[in-house]
Amino acid sequence: MNDIIIYSVISLASIGVVAAIILYFVAQKFKVIEDPKIDLIEEVLPGANCGGCGFAGCRNFAEAVVKAGNLEGLRCPVGGNETMNKIAGILGLEVKESEPMVAVVRCSGSKENAPKKNNFDGITSCAFANNLYHGESGCPYGCLGLGDCVDACQFDAIYIDKKTGLPVVKEEKCVACGACVTACPRNIIELRYKGKKNRRVFVSCVNEEKGAVALKNCKTACIGCGKCVKACNFDAITLKNNLAYIDFEKCKLCRKCVEVCPTGAILDINFPPRKPKVIVDTDKKTVEKN
Amino acid sequence: MRTFKKGGVHPNENKISQTKSIEILPIPQKVYIPITQHLGAPSTLVVKKGDSIKTGQLIAKSESFICANNHSSVSGKISKIDNFIDASGYKKPCIVVDVEGDEWIDSIDKSLEIKKDITLSSGEIIQKIKEMGIVGLGGACFPTHVKLMLPEGKKADYLIINGVECEPYLTSDHRMMLEKGEEILIGTSILMKALNVDNAIIGIENNKKDAINHLTELSKNYKGIKIESLKVKYPQGGEKQLIKALTNREVPSGKLPLDVGCVVDNVGTAFAVYEAVQKNKPLFERVVTVTGKSVKEPKNLMVRMGTPVNYLIEKAGGLPEDTGKIISGGPMMGKALTSLDVPVVKGTSGILLMKKSESKRNKEQNCIRCGKCVVACPMGLEPYLLAALSEHKNYEELEKHHIMDCIECGSCQFTCPSFRPLLDNLRLGKNKVGQIIRKRRKK
Repeated sequence: MNDIIIYSVISLASIGVVAAIILYFVAQKFKVIEDPKIDLIEEVLPGANCGGCGFAGCRNFAEAVVKAGNLEGLRCPVGGNETMNKIAGILGLEVKESEPMVAVVRCSGSKENAPKKNNFDGITSCAFANNLYHGESGCPYGCLGLGDCVDACQFDAIYIDKKTGLPVVKEEKCVACGACVTACPRNIIELRYKGKKNRRVFVSCVNEEKGAVALKNCKTACIGCGKCVKACNFDAITLKNNLAYIDFEKCKLCRKCVEVCPTGAILDINFPPRKPKVIVDTDKKTVEKN
Repeated sequence: MRTFKKGGVHPNENKISQTKSIEILPIPQKVYIPITQHLGAPSTLVVKKGDSIKTGQLIAKSESFICANNHSSVSGKISKIDNFIDASGYKKPCIVVDVEGDEWIDSIDKSLEIKKDITLSSGEIIQKIKEMGIVGLGGACFPTHVKLMLPEGKKADYLIINGVECEPYLTSDHRMMLEKGEEILIGTSILMKALNVDNAIIGIENNKKDAINHLTELSKNYKGIKIESLKVKYPQGGEKQLIKALTNREVPSGKLPLDVGCVVDNVGTAFAVYEAVQKNKPLFERVVTVTGKSVKEPKNLMVRMGTPVNYLIEKAGGLPEDTGKIISGGPMMGKALTSLDVPVVKGTSGILLMKKSESKRNKEQNCIRCGKCVVACPMGLEPYLLAALSEHKNYEELEKHHIMDCIECGSCQFTCPSFRPLLDNLRLGKNKVGQIIRKRRKK
């Protein structure tokens, strides 16, 4: 009886020792040497795995940063300057501070401005509707309002306003990862500078049709009149294919273009209400007050 | 009776207009002729605003391989060249012609006499077909001359003429076979000569017995043409399904009918080929069925390209009040129109008006894994799986499960007891996977 116990203990123990020796040598042979910096950087990163940096996840980004040896073109939009400074500290590099960005929806074709002309009853997917036809409002460039951007957002930072049927970005939650930008089949959403005190001026339209045609479907379409281009003192506005575009790097937020836009396609966000004394015309005063 | 093996469904046939003979629709005051009416590269415009054009005159030229010429369908003055919404749901460049009379170009033989002798050689026939802008009139509008130019080393041994018309409601091909039988057979012989094949089969579904009898009678005078009656089943008009039904050959995944030695053309195309080769007439008019349960006078109309749809509906007794959807094509594969000003193009086979109650979608419920869609799929795919993968944006897996083989026939959605939007999801996935494949090829 005792013999059996002794033999089995000895044989099992010897198998264990042999296996341990083999495993040790195999582990030595196939050892992967990883830069410890990768782990350090990964710890600093937000860990959202959103893909906003262009890599599959935070670990991939950390690997890429360490491999590249510099920070050119590599940036974690979620962490922003704070995280990038930490990464630069780990690598002993210097980082260029860049302005924080935010996603901006460039369409004002709400239910009121661009009324429905037909009913869409397919699946709730903008990509599908975009393949199918111009959309319920008739504007072939406008927002379809079916929420592909909402599905794409991992930070709960965008929602469809039921009243207008348009997506709204929650500024405090948006990390500018760009997931909604790629999800939108009509390239309506754009990443722009957040701006001083969150103030932004942008053309809220991407319609490249001629003015009269665009206006037929939407009251607030950009008609490509070029008034804003003339009003701008900083050469920030360009007119291309019947569509004005404000370069956010050049824009000084003076709001002159907003005043001259005849259709109200240029929006100014988070500005305090204008002082009535600026405007001489009494008719306009009431409009601006509202 | 012959049919294809895998899948298929049998929707209500509803061929309301099958007894109505083809009427010639008067030319409207204004027509909107889309510059590109085919599948492939866009044609190049050769006329300009203010030009006076005659019926049959070239307006857009083909400049690349998969491309077709386009001719004016009316005579008059070009008042505008602008973008208008067409059946694709997007704005496309069209020329607007103010119609003045109906003056045809001189080269067209306007006589009604049937010309039987085929004098041209194979190469000349293909050249003529290319010149006259013939495209497949089944709906896809693929340029016919491209189909006829066989790549080196490949040989066709069957020409298949598609007279199936498996879509419910539509009757334009049926009426063509009854009224233009002789011309269709001559057109078939011309296509046979162009392809250098000895055998042609015209496949017709069994619900068109009169057409089968008529063509069988006529075909006795033509060598090599056989009429085959087929069991009624949707989507028998699909190229791959028809080949399987008639020759028992299966087109492998990702291959073309020519790889199994077949070329398929529609009966309408055969008629257009006859007119082009024997009468020098470019493709500028076609038969369109205007139908629907609520339509006062369902009709088969011979329509000039570019005629707005509302003009056709007016001729069929006006727009019924409770119209819910207007569809260009049949109820299974057709596309709902967003405007009544959409012009008729080479691919418009019918205009179907649906009542509100008919057009309403049922509320989507959960998949119960009954497998009906798998049974119904004529391509042997698993629609429930593909739809789920597409919803989850799993495009790699979609490609592995052969989504690119989907012919978008809608049998799966038709048969689904939970009313799931299977086809919508499949189309979305197919489109995305197609984009990915094209991107990969470019690299």
